[in-house]
Amino acid sequence: MTAEKTAINPHAHAQEVLLKGLLSLLPASLVLTDPEDLRPFECDGLSVYRRLPLVVVLPETIAQVQAIMRLCHKLRVPVVARGAGTGLSGGALPSSDGVLVSLAKFKKILNIDPQNAQATVQPGVRNLAISEAVAVHGLYYAPDPSSQIACTIGGNVAENSGGVHCLKYGLTVHNILMLKVVTMEGELLTIGAETLDAPGYDLLALMTGSEGMLGIIVEVTVKLLARPERAQVVLAAFDDVVKAGEAVGAIIAAGIIPAGLEMMDKLAIQAAEDFAHAGYPRDAEAILLCELDGTNAEVSEYIMAVRKVLTQSGATEVRTAVDEAERQLFWKGRKSAFPAVGRISPDYYCMDGTIPRRHLPRVLRQISQWSAEYGLPVANVFHAGDGNLHPLILFDANKPGELARTEEFGRRILQLCVEVGGTITGEHGVGMEKIDQMCIQFQSGELSQFHAVKAAFDPSGLLNPGKAVPTLHRCAELGAMHVHHGQLPHPELDRF
Amino acid sequence: MADMDRSAALQQQVNNAIHAGTALNIRGSNSKHFLGRVADGEVLSLSEHRGMIEYDPRELVLTARSGTPLAEIESALAEASQMLTFEPPHFGENATLGGTLACGLSGPRRPYAGAARDAVLGCKLINGKGELLRFGGQVMKNVAGYDVSRLMVGAYGTLGVLLEISLKVLPRPASSLTVIHECPQTEAINQMSHLLSQPVPVDAACYHSGHCYVRLAGSEQAVRHAQKQLGGETLEKSAPFWLALREHQLSFFKSSKPLYRVLVKPATPPLPIAGSWLLDWGGAQRWLVSDEPVAVIRESVAAAGGHVSQFRASVQDAAVFQPLSAALFTIHQRLKNSFDPHRIFNPGRLYSGL
Ligand SMILES: Cc1cc2nc3c(=O)[nH]c(=O)nc-3n(C[C@H](O)[C@H](O)[C@H](O)COP(=O)(O)OP(=O)(O)OC[C@H]3O[C@@H](n4cnc5c(N)ncnc54)[C@H](O)[C@@H]3O)c2cc1C
Repeated sequence: MTAEKTAINPHAHAQEVLLKGLLSLLPASLVLTDPEDLRPFECDGLSVYRRLPLVVVLPETIAQVQAIMRLCHKLRVPVVARGAGTGLSGGALPSSDGVLVSLAKFKKILNIDPQNAQATVQPGVRNLAISEAVAVHGLYYAPDPSSQIACTIGGNVAENSGGVHCLKYGLTVHNILMLKVVTMEGELLTIGAETLDAPGYDLLALMTGSEGMLGIIVEVTVKLLARPERAQVVLAAFDDVVKAGEAVGAIIAAGIIPAGLEMMDKLAIQAAEDFAHAGYPRDAEAILLCELDGTNAEVSEYIMAVRKVLTQSGATEVRTAVDEAERQLFWKGRKSAFPAVGRISPDYYCMDGTIPRRHLPRVLRQISQWSAEYGLPVANVFHAGDGNLHPLILFDANKPGELARTEEFGRRILQLCVEVGGTITGEHGVGMEKIDQMCIQFQSGELSQFHAVKAAFDPSGLLNPGKAVPTLHRCAELGAMHVHHGQLPHPELDRF
Repeated sequence: MADMDRSAALQQQVNNAIHAGTALNIRGSNSKHFLGRVADGEVLSLSEHRGMIEYDPRELVLTARSGTPLAEIESALAEASQMLTFEPPHFGENATLGGTLACGLSGPRRPYAGAARDAVLGCKLINGKGELLRFGGQVMKNVAGYDVSRLMVGAYGTLGVLLEISLKVLPRPASSLTVIHECPQTEAINQMSHLLSQPVPVDAACYHSGHCYVRLAGSEQAVRHAQKQLGGETLEKSAPFWLALREHQLSFFKSSKPLYRVLVKPATPPLPIAGSWLLDWGGAQRWLVSDEPVAVIRESVAAAGGHVSQFRASVQDAAVFQPLSAALFTIHQRLKNSFDPHRIFNPGRLYSGL
């Protein structure tokens, strides 16, 4: 509850100074302190982590953001940035003693430049709104996270978000040109350029996926692509998940890079079908959705080739969407898979490991074994072409111990991803959630280097503290608890 | 030369340099010595640290030691009908993977398929504390930790010694051909930028001595269809032309005058700077051969919202690269300090003070 705010607080004076300061910078309507007003900001899309901030501010100008940061820096108050709060790793979880900066008022599309195929937007603009605004020019913004109707471009940059079309068109990092960023010290930086390369170090790459740890993004210039003449989707059904996994590699081996290559297993298919009525084969063990785009002739050529590969890989059914409406419907089923699974289970936990594609069959088999062991069903729905898995573990948080078991299951999946040469997070970020798994993926040398990179942007360490990169001590404590392959990951540190 | 993992010896050399306080001049095979500022220091040679470590065409990922010659990598890829996406210039027979990425150079395909940094998935490096570190990985999507691998690209070896690099590779297009139009520069700029919003499979476009060259690549039918759409003449044997452009072997580049690399938004009208021009990257990267003073060139390019570096400069100790704002330079210095606190790697190669 909100006891921490009403009880006698030794920091009351400091808080008063902070509030007064903020109110001198912003109209009172843009400074929220009432617990009821703070409530919507207590968590992001991963609602198992909740915390009320001290105060939420909703600045409207870059100058206001700079002033807020200078004030917080002076008063040593932690700051967390927030876009739409659709993040799935607790990245936007507020600090209870800090300020949450919501970018919700930064909603303007500042400039569309079709001649140069770029657009400049404020960070609070929704991902889909960009493509909608530039459609009249025959252009679109390629990265399309399933959350694209809600998530913001600022959040996308902070997470380096991907989508179903990333196999061919890349992630956020491949599709942005320039950022304006306010540092914790209140400095406004222009990172990248409107040109294709920028002078100096590639800070654009560093900022992308930095999870709000290095600076607050206040403007984004994105690259736009020509809308393909035609896009078509092929749906293939399989009676075995492993066969579907193998078909993914076979398509790529045939020299075809589909615009998207997505996979869903039985549980996900049925949930999505009930929810979206996409026309998926309910009895299939797995389906692949393979989108091909390009010129009319090219797409026809690729469809023929892909159908052949899918059939050879043992597909029980291969169906090409008959028209644009059916194509949209196939995708609607996929894009609504998370909420659809949300309807069949009180809670679900979404994992985000990425693995080399060749290990798909092995990893899927192992996950289903564990699922039986833990008695927790798993729905798989993921970016198969990129090897980016999203096992959704179904559980009921109201059953004692089930969340803990789910989290343990999840940790084992991520550890397996690392073991086969992959990563603990492909696109959702580390945030609060996977901070311990970072100790599995990295040694202390890399972690120290990450801390040093952070300090180059934020020497005071006030921006989104405690997220994304664990302290070495945290890892040492964890390492003492479970030893991996008989090897301590951080042998140089004292054990407790 | 045999494949060899020289990581341990290189780490030892770095540690020695730290203790002795000497600077190191990291060298692949020095093909790009003309690029950037002159860095003093003892040579740290990567040319023996070579060999492909892993390449599975089905994964579209290749991992190789940094001293591996680009030519060796490209021929292995060609055998599997694949390619490096960014079509890197070699500027010399023995150009290494490490040197290419350290300089962040990309060829004609860059605007359409991404830059050198876009292809990078992960790396192993030695930082300036003598630590062997791994960042990124061998998978397409990875957001665990900051993207240090891509930060290394274009850092000119000032942040660390690259030991291994993993890259995303792609299938070669089934078919490719080049169409040419004779036209004035302004018209070429308009055409090339117009193509950015058209669903045409362009994978390179340049303007050179009165002609606009557009390279089409994709499926057989797509290319033939686009050829009809664009019209113009078809260039017989187009590969040697694009190779000569990429490697700066066209007569345009043979001038003894300074060569500048000018980056602007592609639709930027012709710039009013005296000299000769060659437009690559669909107009986004413009080569300028000119005797005009650097300051004049910079000012004119800046006015158009672009930036300039001296590519083949007469003097390599001046500010070769576009100067950074004070706030950005501070971040650069802090980053340099965080990777290379003793300032032993290529000091000054990129900017004085880094
Ligand atoms: C149903 C569903 C489907 C999803 N599908 C996908 C998917 O397909 N692909 C994918 O990649 N993700 C997906 N996500 C995750 C999420 O939508 C993305 O991570 C998204 O980019 C978050 O954007 P946001 O605006 O909601 O950011 P938030 O959740 O508000 O914030 C995310 C992080 O970014 C930081 N941040 C936000 N704005 C800024 C800013 N302006 N400056 C600096 N830091 C900032 C925050 O501090 C936080 O660390 C999905 C989520 C849901 C709920």
